Amino acid sequence: MINKIAPSVEEALAGIQDGATVLIGGFGTAGIPNELIDGLIAQGAKDLTVVNNNAGNGEAGLAALLRAGRVRKIICSFPRQADSQVFDGLYRAGKLELELVPQGNLAERIRAAGAGIGAFFCPTGYGTQLAGGRETREINGKHYVLEYPIHGDVALIKAEAGDRWGNLVYRKAARNFGPVMAMAAQRTIATVHEVVELGALNPEHIVTPGIFVNKIVQIDRVATQAGGFKKAA
Amino acid sequence: MDYPRRTKDQLAARVAQDIFDGAVVNLGIGQPTLVANHLPAGMEVVLHSENGLLGMGSAPAEGQEDYDLINAGKQPVTLRPGGAFFHHADSFAMMRGGHLDICVLGAFQVSATGDLANWSTGAPDAIPAVGGAMDLAIGAKQTWVMMDLLTKQNESKLVEKCSYPLTGLACVKRVYTDLATFACTEQGLQLIDAVDGLSREALERIVGLPISPAQ
Repeated sequence: MINKIAPSVEEALAGIQDGATVLIGGFGTAGIPNELIDGLIAQGAKDLTVVNNNAGNGEAGLAALLRAGRVRKIICSFPRQADSQVFDGLYRAGKLELELVPQGNLAERIRAAGAGIGAFFCPTGYGTQLAGGRETREINGKHYVLEYPIHGDVALIKAEAGDRWGNLVYRKAARNFGPVMAMAAQRTIATVHEVVELGALNPEHIVTPGIFVNKIVQIDRVATQAGGFKKAA
Repeated sequence: MDYPRRTKDQLAARVAQDIFDGAVVNLGIGQPTLVANHLPAGMEVVLHSENGLLGMGSAPAEGQEDYDLINAGKQPVTLRPGGAFFHHADSFAMMRGGHLDICVLGAFQVSATGDLANWSTGAPDAIPAVGGAMDLAIGAKQTWVMMDLLTKQNESKLVEKCSYPLTGLACVKRVYTDLATFACTEQGLQLIDAVDGLSREALERIVGLPISPAQ
């Protein structure tokens, strides 16, 4: 019998090693698997490379993981936000390595890893300093930059509902990086607010098929908090 | 140099005037988001947000915010009937794959031939952040820029060659400013329109570059 439902965050995260590359879903605060990140802090793995669109909001979640000194390098598209003070401080102090990747390249490099693509030519960033030093090619009169996949040892993502085979559906724009990150890691762990019986998810609506998911953990819903922008006073 | 400048809302309305019924449009963070307020009633324009929305609607009523439903600036929005959610790789495929009709971006500088600089001022102590700017700039069928023509120091933001780090090469088709609207072409700037009383010759003096007449 296939049963990917883990009884606890702790069990779902067991075995993550020092030096791991951890793909963390989310865009701003939407889709950030805060409970898994808290679990990773408790689990203790260090010297991590973290891949996320941003670099933490406020003091909780990814910001707390950074604050705990567990992250050596972050690969992201947009670290600088109104509430990215934890990242800002560590980066300025030289305690955190940053690889800045245009957002679409980030998504496509992760997708490529999951799809078994060795590398791909992408027009984004051609002629800019973010493409500096990399191989380029002209194809049918258009310029492209060679981009390599981003593989994860682990992906931590947040979904809305799932079943024991690991099939997932998401909620609104909290989907963001979840589906591609699920594909790109050796081990994918998803939180869901609802665990349903096999067959309860409409097969036409399943977004991430269970083949891409190793563990799911049920977490009670907490409304996603605002983050990433300056709130009007 | 005392011309009747377009206000931010007038500028947004000027951009909106060129958006066509049925267009799929991405409005960049900041000033471009104002364009949504000026689309003519009765016209259907589908707004794309890079974090995975098509058919983005206006801000929710106070108390109705859902922070799983946000825009690229991470602010709460709504979804219109017919709207859809999708993941990031699909969202950026919509850009790079040439499926978006129009993308409107802000800019620090635009060159006469349409090079765009809008992601970094190159300040050594700044924390770099690019987001979707580079993908948007080169992906949409048409990339338009919306900005003040002059900096606070009265320097033209339309330049022969960008001094700030580039976002994309030869990607901007039109530049809408508080004083005039321009097309960027391989041959350089072309005038589309200007505020009352501002001649092409006067604009050439302000910008410091040749500007070919409107066609």
